[in-house]
Formats: sequence, structure tokens, C-alpha cells
Amino acid sequence: MEQLRTFGRELAMGSQGGFYQSKEFLDLVKSIGEARSKAEEDRIVVNEIDTLKRRIAEPDIPKRKMKEYIIRLVYIEMLGHDASFGYIHAVKMTHDDSLLVKRTGYLAVTLFLNEEHDLIILIVNTIQKDLKSDNYLVVCAALNAVCKLINEETIPAVLPQVVELLAHPKEAVRKKAIMALHCFYQKSPSSVSHLISNFRKRLCDNDPGVMGATLCPLFDLITRDVNSYKDLVISFVSILKQVTERRLSKAYDYHQMPAPFIQIKLLKILALLGSGDKQASENMYTVVGDVFRKCDFSSNIGNAVLYECICCVSSIYPNPKLLDSAADIISRFLKSDSHNLKYMGIDALGRLIKISPEIAEQHQLAVIDCLEDPDDTLKRKTFELLYKMTKSTNVEVIVDRMIDYMISINDNHYKTEIASRCVELAEQFAPSNQWFIQAMNKVFEHTGDLVNIKVAHNLMRLIAEGFGEDDDNADSKLRSSAVESYLRILGEPKLPSGFLQVICWVLGEYGTADGMFCASDITGKLCDVAEAYSSDDTVKAYAVTALMKIYAFEIAAGREVDMLTECQSLMEELLASHSTDLQQRAYELQGVIGLDAHAVEFIMPSDASCEDIEVDKDLSFLDGYIQEAIEKGAQPYIPESERPGVLNMGNFRNQDHHESSHGLRFEAYELPKPAVQPRIPRALLPSTEIVPVPEPVYPRETYQTPVTPIPSNPSDAGSAELKLRLDGVQKKWGRPTYTPETSTSNSTSQKTVNGAAQVDGPSTVNSTRETYASRKLQVEISHEKQKLAASLFGGSSKPEKRPATGHKVSKASSHMLEKSHVPNSSMEVASEKTAPAQTPPDLLDLGEPTSTSTAPSLDPFKQLEVLLDATQDASAANSATSASRSPDVMALYADTPVGIHNKDEADLLSGMSNMSGATARPQPTKGSSKGPNPKDSLEKDSLVRQMGVKPSSQNPNLFKDLLG
Amino acid sequence: MSVIHFVLLISRQGKVRLTKWYSTYSKKERTKVIRELSGVILTRGPKLCNFVEWRGLKVVYKRYASLYFCMCIDPDGNELEILEIIHHYVEVLDRYFGSVCELDLIYNFHKAYYILDEILISGEFQEPSKRSIVRSVAAQDSLVETAKEQTGSISNILAQAAK
Repeated sequence: MEQLRTFGRELAMGSQGGFYQSKEFLDLVKSIGEARSKAEEDRIVVNEIDTLKRRIAEPDIPKRKMKEYIIRLVYIEMLGHDASFGYIHAVKMTHDDSLLVKRTGYLAVTLFLNEEHDLIILIVNTIQKDLKSDNYLVVCAALNAVCKLINEETIPAVLPQVVELLAHPKEAVRKKAIMALHCFYQKSPSSVSHLISNFRKRLCDNDPGVMGATLCPLFDLITRDVNSYKDLVISFVSILKQVTERRLSKAYDYHQMPAPFIQIKLLKILALLGSGDKQASENMYTVVGDVFRKCDFSSNIGNAVLYECICCVSSIYPNPKLLDSAADIISRFLKSDSHNLKYMGIDALGRLIKISPEIAEQHQLAVIDCLEDPDDTLKRKTFELLYKMTKSTNVEVIVDRMIDYMISINDNHYKTEIASRCVELAEQFAPSNQWFIQAMNKVFEHTGDLVNIKVAHNLMRLIAEGFGEDDDNADSKLRSSAVESYLRILGEPKLPSGFLQVICWVLGEYGTADGMFCASDITGKLCDVAEAYSSDDTVKAYAVTALMKIYAFEIAAGREVDMLTECQSLMEELLASHSTDLQQRAYELQGVIGLDAHAVEFIMPSDASCEDIEVDKDLSFLDGYIQEAIEKGAQPYIPESERPGVLNMGNFRNQDHHESSHGLRFEAYELPKPAVQPRIPRALLPSTEIVPVPEPVYPRETYQTPVTPIPSNPSDAGSAELKLRLDGVQKKWGRPTYTPETSTSNSTSQKTVNGAAQVDGPSTVNSTRETYASRKLQVEISHEKQKLAASLFGGSSKPEKRPATGHKVSKASSHMLEKSHVPNSSMEVASEKTAPAQTPPDLLDLGEPTSTSTAPSLDPFKQLEVLLDATQDASAANSATSASRSPDVMALYADTPVGIHNKDEADLLSGMSNMSGATARPQPTKGSSKGPNPKDSLEKDSLVRQMGVKPSSQNPNLFKDLLG
Repeated sequence: MSVIHFVLLISRQGKVRLTKWYSTYSKKERTKVIRELSGVILTRGPKLCNFVEWRGLKVVYKRYASLYFCMCIDPDGNELEILEIIHHYVEVLDRYFGSVCELDLIYNFHKAYYILDEILISGEFQEPSKRSIVRSVAAQDSLVETAKEQTGSISNILAQAAK
């Protein structure tokens, strides 16, 4: 039966003049359709690849067969397997004379190859030829390939033809030529920079399709350079006017809207052109107002245009009337039952509040609703809106909410994003240091290494520098609270590396600063960290340096240092570590402990991480030492440029130059003379023009080293003149080990100081704080939370707009959703297992329900053409047909095994029809999915009591916090 | 660069019915994208948004019977517009195949590609007139017909299909 149906379909296809395939191919598709697992599918495909590899290489394959092979290759690639063995055959196919074959070839190569592929070069010639063809279909096929395959290198090969085609009599060709030029522009703007005027010209094309296509490149061009296109404002406005007045052919109508896609593109362009330009914007007001008025709220496409209008209005120079219309549309979106429209409403709100912040206030409830919605997409969009709305007055609520959400999700990409947003908001608006530290702790604890390490460094800087206020007391309080919270957090089992680094640094720097904790407490914790995260060298390094600081501060304060036994064993371990960095740090620690208080205070001053370190580049402090050495008979240091070795080289070169100017030399080159000999001409030659060549210089340099104040090559000190080149080599080897050591031996504190000094954070923080001077610092967090809870849980007296929300309920409802979904999917699995023939019915006739379910909106195919003027009747008729046909749908499902499955399916379908029908049918279902069931409300009640909030008192503070 | 980065057609069972990549993705990335997205989209409930934020981009999807049509766009795109582009595509398919069903697309995916090529060029929507798309694809088909050595008589087709 199914086979017959399939066959019937095939026949129908054939009679449509389509391409029909061999039984083999049909079998392949069918068996893949029936494959029950990915592994099975893979096995079938691998078999198919083997067959094709064999077949495709056979000689004299008829074209029709070859065409099918290529299509089978496309199929294999589509399923994610590699069909590269056949690419060359696809390329060959493009060379064919018959359009039938050629078209398949072009389709395959555009799907197989990308613009960097080596085979492209084999197609360029064909494309060139085809672009000149007198059959416009061939030209179209070639242009499609041009867009996908021509790369920067090959653009010049086809550019002339493409430009010629801009004037082709067929509009389809002109349109594709425009798009091809657009592609060229995107790939290499310079290659077509002289042709940009063509886009302007084509804007006046007689065919609206071509004009519409021109808008794509123009949008790109205007994005890059607005000012050169201001003159087109009038043209765009008049085009938009004509479109809205239905001057275009009826063919461009879409769901009774005149050319909505062109309208959207035009609005996008106007938004760019009018941005920050009062004069240009004034030209647009009327037409944008017209678009607002003429749009149809009930269709999805109408809403798409309206949304674009809002974007445009919020981008151009503000106009109060248009802003009002935009606000109206937004509230309509937000009040809609469709999640899609709510989403667009939230997005639009985010755009509009930049211009008129007061608009947010009227939509408080809707925003909270969206925030509580089980739909993640909507929730995230709402967070984005909140992010844009954050001020110092509501930062706490918003960031806390964000963090809660961040903790609850698994999507790393979004986690990172929302974490960085939290950090940004907290840095910008933090009302108190304590809150800031706590917020940051939470972010770090839960996102850890997803957060950019710069954020960690920023946090260290902030703690070190304080909040930019000249209040040392507040700063030290901030540090104490940080230390305290970190000591507590260290008890947690698994902490991310970046966070541990911050913790170690802060503990080392400020652990004992306020005297609350003694050195042994802190050092014990640090040792624990080093031990618990023993595989993480960076953390260990931070911990060791922190230990060193603690001990140094102790010594400087004149206290007896008593190293803990665990610390000693840690040191022993690290002294023998494979990591040279750790070893170095351990040795340094050992060295520091052996010094007296005065010296220690000098090298490790307490709380000096923010002080600038002056670097004495001349190393003048070594002068005394040098003097001493010279007195003892050492040779004085001679700067590089004055050294004899360099002069030698210069001498050679000059000689060379000198001689070469005489003309060609035919005799062999002289052997280089020994280095000592040419010392004689030293005085004769000017040294300034000489480029010193480093290698032969080394021996001299090392020879001088006893005097050089460079500490990096003390080992060379005694080396004699004889081991010339070897020394140079040795030094090269030595460099990587020595120099890092000297730099790290300046200790990490310096490093972080550098990091901190680079960022000009405090100034920005300051300025933003000044602008938001109206902040209220004193609101306590716990109080805030209570208020939040009260407004979330105590809102039962409010109208059902906010259906007894709160975490509990929304979670419950999401559970319900999940539950209702789980059986669904398990049903699917079950039905798939029990009925192996499940796919055919699925494939066959689910198409029917679609057309019925989407009928209300998409109908125009058959009925609407007849019923053009009586649209009302038509939609009524549609609903009637869908009603009368739905039993049919059920009948179709009747032979699937599980009854509930059917119901589910029907449900989904009706859901679909709702979506596509937009606002056609009001939905009473909200209550059923979200509504308060007795158990939930009981739970909620008890929770409310626990929180100590009276359920009756509604508290609007949350909204004030969020939106005020 | 392009407005639409890729187009995916996935069946409810997660089987791929059509893929078209306008931005460059390696084969490995493609497989990963399909796996990730079908995991996200197929599990979403029916009443939720038709949009998913995904790796900093947005994916607009719509279910038609057992098929999910997905298009991936930049975060600042107009989602409702993309939803209509999908719908437009489906309408054109419907008009071309005559009440289209998944089977049509399974066995004639290359046709679906040809039609998509008329609607989107390098990720830009380019032909709002349904009639001219169908006309153009039909013109290609009919030219193809005449170009063929054996013009498609019913008997021929029957013989072919029975083979």
C-alpha cells in the first residue's frame, strides 16, 4: 500500500516534468528513512559510498545515470558523510552542453565546494562561457554558482561578464547579477569599488524584484559609509511610499501586504540613514507613520514590518508622534498571547527605552511575566532588556536574578555571556563593596574558568585599589570582607582555577593585614589549596607566592616565623618540582625567610601592590660595585658600537662594497681573515653606518663580561677567547631559562601591579558613578530580598495577569511542561520501536494536516485566488474546512499503536495552527498550563510564611526597583 | 556576512532533509551544528517562541507537520521576517509540488534546492513574488524536458520507475 502511494507520488512527479530516479536510489532513501539508529544509517551510507566509488569510475556512463550518481553524492554529503571522491565528476558535469545535466552539476558544486577549494579553478572557465550563453536559464545557473564559488582571486575573471549582465533583458538575470556583484563586494570591496554606482542605477530598475535585490548591497554599503548615501534618502522614502500605496504589481503582495520584504529592507536602510541626522529623519517621518498606520496587526508579516518600524523609529532622530505609535505597538506585542510577539515586544522595548526610558514603566508586569516564563528564549531576551535597564538603584535585584539564572543553566556559551554581563553591571553600579565581592564570588564559583581571566585580574585590581574613593578605611573594610569570604569559600570542594588565583593573591596580600587572622591560619589554608589542586601549577604558584608574602610580612613586623609542617613539606616538594617556575618560587621563599626584617621589608613591602615600581634602567645602583671591580683590575665595559669585533665586520663589508663598485669579480672570494687582524683600520672607518651583525660579536662580549652589569650571563664570566662560537651558542640556549627567572624573580606582586596599572579602570568607574550620582547605597541586601520575595509571592491579590508566579510555581509549571513532554518523546520512541513501518505513514500523509492547520494564514494557493475580495468569508471557510478535515487527520493516525500519541499529535498540530494563525483564535489554555493547582498554592503559602511575609500585602517595590 | 547563515530541514526524528550553508562551516562543524540544534529545537514545546539563541546567533525555526524548517541569522535580524521567509519557502514548495509533503522533499531534495536557490542567494532573500519563482523553476524544468532525449511520456516514466 505504502509502496503504491510512493509510486503514485513518483508518477505525479514524473508527470510534472521532474526528475525521476532509479529503483536503487529510491531504495537507498527508503532504507535510510527506515534506519533506526545513526549507526545503521552510517552503515548504509558507507555501503552506498563503496558502490558509488566503483560505479562512478566506470567508463562511458550515460549522462542520465551520471546525473543520478551526482545527486546521490549530494544526498550522502547532506547526511554528513564525505563524498569528496566524486567532486571532480560534479565539476565535469558543469561542462556539459545540456542544461539538464549542467544544472545538476552546478547544484552539486555549489553544495560541495566552498570558495577556497582547489577545484574552483576548473569551473571558472565554464562559468565564463555560461555567462555569455544566450539561454538565460544557463546564465542564471552560472550566476548562482558565481555567488557561491568565485573567490577574491577569480573575481576579475568573471567581473566583466557579470557587469554586462546588469543590463540583461530578463529581470531574473539582472537580479542575480546584482547579487553576484554584492557577493564580490563582500568578499573583496576593492575589486568592485569602481562599480558601486551600478547599484544606485539598478535601484531605478523597472522590475521591483531587481530593485528589491539592489537594497541588499546598498544596505551593506550604507552600513559602512552612511554619509555618501544621504542623497538617496528621498529615493528610498518615495519607494517606500509607493510600496505602501500598493503601486507595485499584485504579484508582490504577500498575505495581503504590499511587498512587505521590500518594506522591511527599506526601513532598515532608513534606520541607518536617519540615525543621528535630524534633517534626513524629518523626510522619513510621514512615510514611517504611514507604514505604522497601514500595517495589519493580525498577520505575522504585518507584525514583522511593524517591528522593523519600531527599530527604525528608535534609530532615527526621535519624533514624539512616531514614538507614541511605537509604544502602542510594543504594548500590543507584550499583551499578545504569542510568545513570538512577546519576544519581539521585549526586544523592541529594549530599543525604545534608550530614547524614552519612561515607557518601560507601563510594561512592568509584562516584563516580570516574561522573566518568569518557562521559555528560555523569552527569559534570555528579558535578561537582555534588564541588562539595558540596569541602574545603581536596581542593580542588586537584576544581578542577583541573573546569577540565579546563570547557575540554573548548562549552556556554556550563554553562561559565559551572562557572567560577563553580571561582572560588567556589578563593576559599574555596585552599591556597596560587600555586595560587589559577594556577587563576584558567586559568579566565579559557578562559572569559573568560563569567565575571561581578565575579569579575575580586574577583581584583584579592584580589591587592591579600592573603589576609587579616598577612604582608606572603606578600602580596608572591603579587603577584610573579601578575605573573610574567601576563607569561607575555600571550604567548598571544587573551585575553578581563575577564582583560586584571585583567592590566593588576595589572601597573600591582605590575609593578615587587619589582624583578624593570624599567619598560621592563612598559611594553613594556602597549603591546603596547593595540596588540593596539586595538578594546577598556576594555582600552586599563586599559593607559594602568597605564602612568601605572608611570611615576609611576619618577618617585617618582627614576629617569629614558625613554618607549619605541612608548609615545610610543600616546600620540599616544590624545591624539587619539575616546573622551573614553581621551583624558582620555592627557592625565593626560602631565600626570603632567611633574611632579616629590614631587608624583607624592603623587598616585600606590605600593601604595596598598587605602588608604581621605578625601574632604574641605567642600573646606577651597581656603580659602586663596578668601581670596585675596576680597581681590582677588571677591564672597563665598552659599549657594543665601539667594540673591535663590530668594526671588523664593518670593515669587511666596506671592502666588499668598495670592490663591488668596480664591477664584477671573477676570482674566488678571499677567505675571511682571522678576527684579530683587521683591528688596524678601526680608526679609519666611520662606525655609524655599520649594521652590527650579532653573532661574531659574542666572543668579544663574553670576554668583557666581568665588568658588564648584565646579570644574565654570569656563567660566561670566565670563558676564554678560544671557545668563541660555542659561547655564543651556549648563551642562546641559556636565554630562555635565565631571563624568565630574572623577570619572575621580581615576584608576582609586580606582575599584578603591572596588570593593574595598565587598566585605566578606576577613572571609568568614577565617571559612571558620578553620572549615576543618585544611587541609593544604603539599601540592605537582605531587605531587598525580602521585598523581592514579597512582591513575588505576595501578589495573589493582583489580577490574574500575574498568575501567582514566583519560583515555585514557575518551576512547577515548567515541570509540568516537561512531564507532558517526556511521555510524548517516549511515545515517539515506543511507536518507532513497535512499528517499523512507522516512517512511511509519517512521511506520507502528515503533509495533509499541515495544509489544513496552516490553512488560515497560508491559504491563498487555491481558495484565495477565487475569493479575493471576500477574505472574511475565506477565513471562515478555512476554519470550517480545517474543522471538517480534522477527523480525517485522526483517522490517519488511527493505525498508530498508542492512543495518547494521537492526542498529543493533534495537540501539537492545533498549537501550530495557533502559531501560524497568530491572533486569529484567542487562547484559553494559559490557565491549564500555568494555573494554580491546589498543591502548588499550598506549597507557596507555606513558603511565604517561612519567609515571614504577609501574603496579602502586595509589594510593588520590585517593579520600582526594576523599572523605577 | 550574509543575512542567513544556513538553512536546515530536520524531521521530527532528527533526520536531515536538507542543508544549505551560506557561511563557511567545515564538515565537522556542520555535523556538530546539526546535532546541537536538533537537540535544542526538537525538544522545545509547541507554545514556545519559534526562536532559539544559539552560540551568539539566532535560529528561527518553524514546524510544518513532521518537518522543522530552521534558518540561522545574526542576533540583530528580524525574526518575524525570517519566519515569513520560511513560510514563503514552504508556500512555494507547496505550489510547486502541489500540496507538498515530506516525501516530496525526501525524494526530490534537489528540487527543493533549486527552489531555495531562487529564494535565497548567498543568504539574502531575493524574490518576494511567488508566481515568478514558480514560473522560473517551471521554465527550467520544461527546458530540461525538451532538452531530454526522450520526452516524458507516461509509458516511459512507468518503465523507468518500474526498473
